[in-house]
Amino acid sequence: MIKLEFLSLSKNESFARAAAAAFIAPLDPTIEELADVRTAVSEAVTNAVIHGYRNGLGNVMMELTLKGRLFTVRVEDKGCGIEDIELAMKPFYTTGNRSERSGMGFAVMAAFMDKLKVESKLGSGTTVIMEKLIAKPLESEQNE
Amino acid sequence: MQITFKKRGSTLTALLEGELDQHCASELRSAIDTAVRSEGNIEILLLDLGRVSFMDSSGIGVILGRYKLMRKLGGELAIANAQPQVEKLLKLSGVYALLDAKRREKASE
Repeated sequence: MIKLEFLSLSKNESFARAAAAAFIAPLDPTIEELADVRTAVSEAVTNAVIHGYRNGLGNVMMELTLKGRLFTVRVEDKGCGIEDIELAMKPFYTTGNRSERSGMGFAVMAAFMDKLKVESKLGSGTTVIMEKLIAKPLESEQNE
Repeated sequence: MQITFKKRGSTLTALLEGELDQHCASELRSAIDTAVRSEGNIEILLLDLGRVSFMDSSGIGVILGRYKLMRKLGGELAIANAQPQVEKLLKLSGVYALLDAKRREKASE
């Protein structure tokens, strides 16, 4: 398991997704699996930065775990929390500037990972837990 | 993220290069809007995503915002050369459906 803690700066989004990609690299994931994980992690960290801390400063905690080929990532902030999780997870829903934000963050996480769980308490923060099974490469691919 | 503009007739092409996330979204947004407005008489804004190696939903936000800008100006937005990861995201978020619907709307006029 690897634990990372970094400031809620938007430039750290690329660091977070690169770290997650490096973490699963030993499993020899496909290009698509790698892209799915990078995208989902980027969404979760972006949410912590712009919604959790509302572009203010705080710490984002990221925990990466592997159990066999099951990858789990936990992204936690101690920011403002989500009032209505069900509403926040609806595609196209956003509390941000409607003309410039897609409201697709949670929908992307749900579509690109196998499991998505969101825990949040108003005023205390939000934790996003995502899982993805990284498929075993086919033997023919391994022999190449 | 790097951006290069090319104008041919009334089409302005923005060639994007690098990773498109929330960190560069606002800079990108204002660079494109400034170019569109300062060139004037742009009928088609073409976002060439061929060199975008990564994009998340912040990029979708940028695209939807430019789509609205072009509609407001009476023009059109088009997207080209998306890589598979970006393509998957564009399909999921309904951006292609939106652009196709606009095209159909225009064809039936």
